[in-house]
Amino acid sequence: MNTGLKKNSANLLPSLAALILAGIVSSIVILILGESPIYIARVMLSGSAGSLSSIANTLEEATPLIFTGLCVAIAMRCGLFNIGGEGQLVIGAFVAAWVGYRVGGLPPVVHITLCIALAGLAGALWALIPGLLKARFGAHEVINTIMLNYVAFIFANYLVGLPYFKKPGQIPQTEDVLQSALLPRMTFLYEYTRLNLGFVLAIAAVLLIYILLEKTELGFEIRSVGHNPLASRASGISVARNMLLAMAISGFLAGMAGSERVLGVHRHFISPFPFGYGFAGIAVALLGRNRPLGVLVSAIFFGALASGGAQVDIETNVPRELVTVIQAIVVLFVACEYPIRKFVFIRRRTAL
Amino acid sequence: MEFILEIQGITKAFPRTVASDDVSVRVRKGEIHALVGENGAGKTTLMNILYGLIRPDSGRILLRGVDLPLADGFLGTDYGIGMIHQHFMLIREFTVLENIILGAEPKKGFVLDRAGARRRVEAIIERYGIEADLDRKVRELSVGEEQRVEILKVLYRNAELIIMDEPTGVLTPQETSGLFETMKGLVADGRTLIFITHKLEEVVEVTDSVTVMRRGRVVGSVPTAETDAAQLAEMMVGKQLDALPRRASASIGEPVLEVRGLSLEARAGIKPLRDVSFEVRKGEVLGLCGVEGNGQLELFEILIGLRQPGKGSILIGGADVTRLSTLSRREAGLADIPPDRTTMGIITEFNLRENLLLGRQRESRFSRCGFLNAEAIEAETTRLIDQFGIRPPEPDAMGFSFSGGNQQKIVVARELARDPDILVACQPTRGVDVGATRLIHTWILRQADAGKAVFLVSADLAEVLSLSDRIGVMYRGEIVGMLDRSDANEEVLGLMMAGVVN
Repeated sequence: MNTGLKKNSANLLPSLAALILAGIVSSIVILILGESPIYIARVMLSGSAGSLSSIANTLEEATPLIFTGLCVAIAMRCGLFNIGGEGQLVIGAFVAAWVGYRVGGLPPVVHITLCIALAGLAGALWALIPGLLKARFGAHEVINTIMLNYVAFIFANYLVGLPYFKKPGQIPQTEDVLQSALLPRMTFLYEYTRLNLGFVLAIAAVLLIYILLEKTELGFEIRSVGHNPLASRASGISVARNMLLAMAISGFLAGMAGSERVLGVHRHFISPFPFGYGFAGIAVALLGRNRPLGVLVSAIFFGALASGGAQVDIETNVPRELVTVIQAIVVLFVACEYPIRKFVFIRRRTAL
Repeated sequence: MEFILEIQGITKAFPRTVASDDVSVRVRKGEIHALVGENGAGKTTLMNILYGLIRPDSGRILLRGVDLPLADGFLGTDYGIGMIHQHFMLIREFTVLENIILGAEPKKGFVLDRAGARRRVEAIIERYGIEADLDRKVRELSVGEEQRVEILKVLYRNAELIIMDEPTGVLTPQETSGLFETMKGLVADGRTLIFITHKLEEVVEVTDSVTVMRRGRVVGSVPTAETDAAQLAEMMVGKQLDALPRRASASIGEPVLEVRGLSLEARAGIKPLRDVSFEVRKGEVLGLCGVEGNGQLELFEILIGLRQPGKGSILIGGADVTRLSTLSRREAGLADIPPDRTTMGIITEFNLRENLLLGRQRESRFSRCGFLNAEAIEAETTRLIDQFGIRPPEPDAMGFSFSGGNQQKIVVARELARDPDILVACQPTRGVDVGATRLIHTWILRQADAGKAVFLVSADLAEVLSLSDRIGVMYRGEIVGMLDRSDANEEVLGLMMAGVVN
């Protein structure tokens, strides 16, 4: 237990150090813009955690990030860099919207489950394309997942323009999903919140992925392949099988993110679909060090940045884009883990 | 005679162990000084202190009678100390010349003086007769050639005191003798070598004096001429060693592993196999010796299912497994000790518990409906740690934190715990300390005594001779001879390995 704790805190330190450094650099940027960092921080804090409504906003922003963060993390644990969460999410969102307005007469529980399951499946299939190319031919998944993002966007844009899918009118969007497919919003927190049951599902996904990775045979094999494919093969573990499964699970999670946006927030599919959750998932997974619980915490952190940033935009002279800058700085410092680790631990290392 | 190096009372404590405990060593100018000891005896720590990579807690080091600034941190290269690491530090996409001059490039103004660099390196090559093609890229080189580049690197930097950390561990016998020639040339030129090794025959063969370390202390320091391998081994492990265990002829049964007419075409980086056939029977150790790189690795990969043969078949317990996966073969009773433990044997980022489970995670007692059974795994981990004496006995310690000998024990423990009908052991004790080697040999023999079959592939003749019931010799992808142990000796096998007789 003791060593386990020590290991965790050692894992946590670089992420914390990155956050502190990002805070310092962001303060400098704010000073250059002629504002007080402390004031901005206070506005950010009240905008993200100052009231029930702002907490709801934070969690609402965090929900898709939890899914896409897990999507990147699980693939990464198998040694795969899935940059295609964006495309898998769009495909999932489209399927969720379609099933949501087209299939009627179902009780809500069944209808919601059906929408989410099919959206996840669609995302999984989309992710299996680069997965298969990698497992069968060794084609690099980074290139293929990135390219399939564009394919997904254009494909979904094409589909929603077809008379069969398109709601009559100028805007390329589907009909709103039926009442029975809507994820209930948590209006007990705040009347106008868009925070919905999807958040609870995201928490469940965190727990499930944690159990999968740490407690199951499949998770063991996925991690084993991620660390050392050759030793895994020599021990009778199929690298191709585990890569395909990891990609499928990864894509499923991205598809779920898409369904949460449609069933809980937008209520229809619209082209172009709101962009960025898939890519932000990479940053979330990076900051969360590809651990499910780490992803949860870092997704909420990024969610807080987003909702706090909105408040900053409204109340101060600092533009909302600053929040994007802060996110970028955080990612930059997390990516610089090695030099930071060296800097932070230099005393301990020479002591060794 | 003059001492170029005097290490006096160096002590260095790590959080869990004392790696150097009041260590004193004196090295004469122009000698080859062996530093021997088991893994974890403190050799590498001491050399890292000498090279300036680690600061000691106390003690002093005099180089040519002058104190090295131990407290301030320094770099060995600035003081004429060169170090050839166990794992080479070369850039694969650079040429040999570029690697040699990297970090110490001669310049004309702001421009790299390539011609001048080449002249200097060529002068060194000529002076010591070290073969090297300066224009080839390092990725095209063999391990022996890479090592020569490392040697040229330290010579280019004019090192007078050269530390070689287990330089022969990765070399073939021919490359080793070439290295020894080079080493002799270097000391004849007045340079001093510190030679870290496990292999006591090499100490006797090539060094002038030897220091033995055990558990962070110097056990003794003697001129090589006044000692022998047996005495050194005793000093290293701290107890009298018997000769390698030889066992009484066991009762040998029907074949477990049958290999029929395996062939493989040579391709880039892949050695050919030609019509390889043999069988390994119950209660038998079949040894396969040969200079490394004669197709043993390819044969190993085909046997465990990582590579498909061009022709031929493999049978385990009479059933054809040629087209079956590694997993199916393991379920049919195969276990393996791969030739390279850190790339194929263990997963360095897995902890001990996970490494002991690797490949066994689907066994019904460890996995129920896909969920791992933590209690059963913990019990098995504890059992294996005790039974195989894995140190440190910490299930949470990461794979990379174990010494080479203990990493190998992890592999052997895991594989033998599956109670395999046929064990394929490839170079099972390479780079492993004497104590662990003896344990691994005992375990291999115990398998055969229990009526199981063992196929042992090794470049270490003594190992093959002392463990095997029959011995095959591999040369250029063929088995050029198969002898009973009683007919085999080092001389005959040596000639066959060199392709002289069959």
